[in-house]
Amino acid sequence: MREQITGRLLSQKQLAENVYSMWIEAGSIARTALPGQFVSVYCKDGARLLPRPISICEVSDTAIRLVYRVAGAGTAEFSDWEAGEAIRLQGPLGNGFPLHTERAVLIGGGIGIPPMLELAKRLPGEKTMVAGYRDEQLFLYETMKQYAPVVVATEDGSVGTKGNVLDAIREQGVTGEVIYACGPTPMLRAVKAYALEQDILCYLSLEERMACGIGACLACVCRSREADAHTGVHNKRICKDGPVFLAQEVEL
Amino acid sequence: MNMKINLAGVELKNPVMTASGTFGSGAEYGEYVDLNRLGAVVTKGVANVPWEGNPTPRITETAGGMLNAIGLQNPGIDLFCRRDLPFLKQFDTKVVVNVCGKSESDYLEVVERLAEEPADLLEINISCPNVKEGGIAFGQNPKAVEQITAAVKKKARQPVIMKLSPNVTDIAETARAAEAGGADVLSLINTLTGMKIDVRRRCFALANQTGGLSGPAIKPVAVRMVYQAAHAVKIPVIGMGGIATAEDALEFILAGASAVAVGTANFVRPDATVRILDGMEAYMKEQGVEDIRELVGAVTP
Repeated sequence: MREQITGRLLSQKQLAENVYSMWIEAGSIARTALPGQFVSVYCKDGARLLPRPISICEVSDTAIRLVYRVAGAGTAEFSDWEAGEAIRLQGPLGNGFPLHTERAVLIGGGIGIPPMLELAKRLPGEKTMVAGYRDEQLFLYETMKQYAPVVVATEDGSVGTKGNVLDAIREQGVTGEVIYACGPTPMLRAVKAYALEQDILCYLSLEERMACGIGACLACVCRSREADAHTGVHNKRICKDGPVFLAQEVEL
Repeated sequence: MNMKINLAGVELKNPVMTASGTFGSGAEYGEYVDLNRLGAVVTKGVANVPWEGNPTPRITETAGGMLNAIGLQNPGIDLFCRRDLPFLKQFDTKVVVNVCGKSESDYLEVVERLAEEPADLLEINISCPNVKEGGIAFGQNPKAVEQITAAVKKKARQPVIMKLSPNVTDIAETARAAEAGGADVLSLINTLTGMKIDVRRRCFALANQTGGLSGPAIKPVAVRMVYQAAHAVKIPVIGMGGIATAEDALEFILAGASAVAVGTANFVRPDATVRILDGMEAYMKEQGVEDIRELVGAVTP
């Protein structure tokens, strides 16, 4: 039987404006977590009932790393936690990225960058990472560089290509046979169009407001091209059937 | 210690049920909870045909609660009977099928389709605030409540629970209307219609604009309504609305509920149902209560 667990915060560090990193001791999650999966993190403030789904950024033997953006009161609470704190967690949840051996392009936009780190560590073949940032606050850049060449795009042009991840891919001549992408929906839409046009195998990791995180409540659905076998309609559950989908499977 | 309760001739091993829409058809939560321990599993609402539900965002958190506007997405009665009912029948728990529809004939089609199926009870959802047709439209007018109840009762093979909306002026009147229509059991409350506005984006937090409020924030309203409904009718009442702990569940029972349903709390702790059940048993031991039925409606003026 699966269960909610109590992890222990090992360290908390701010990486950029509103972006934080937590290493959490959570052996049962660390042992089975795959890149692209996520965990439900619960607030201590009882008025905030619902867990926040956070992607897994890195995994060690006994701990997981979560890199998250403070987007509201719940994640603001997370950022106040100090080492030693007990944290209620559930996971790993969802399906990770399928690992292919072909030359891979890993695309992360903003807070979609973190899951690409563990993926880069696990992919056996040649790979390039493409990271899209707002400005020169290149969180995780140095760590990612240990595992793959990193191509950078910034919205303000302060580092790398000025523009978005696709501008960087075109300008810096990034190519590959499989694409993995996580980021805001407009970015994913553009990556999907690019992959279809170039006929490249492409996996997208989606995000939506979640309640249960395990596929029961039907809050976090996305539109699917075919009627889904489980739901019986053109909806897939991001938490349970995703968050990683083949680009062709979903309509963005 | 006796935890067994009886709902219209159906014996539940204990009064803890799940609230429709928060527990799917049990498969996902079955990984976290031994379903055999539950008094009953109440399924997510099922219609005669598959429903796509509302656009996203479908949920948003509020202080001590949440708003949802899923819009009764469901796979339709055929897939439900083929897959979900056989799954649930593997467990030693009662199965309550929640039925939704856009018109009276939709409801009746599902009810008739379930006649030969292994459902123990039917719960008729006339109180969903998140669909344009059906749902709450049947639940806010006492005459309509009585009429749909009578129509369902004529076709139903199983005992019928009418699930009532709190979005009414006088819950006692609605409860009496359902009883007059022949309801075997009442369940309440469904969610309270609410709204949240995102001040940064200056837009509605939910794509549907309004949603149903659930969670601990609504519990005092729910206890009051269960009390009023239970005192207005002779049939049993299932209480729900923000139950997160054993104490919460006991409040509803003392107010007059014969059974309770746990909803939003499942999202907070996937094993909330069994924690509540354990807590109720501990309370009874501590208070020297031999039979849960002694507590039903024990608080009186």
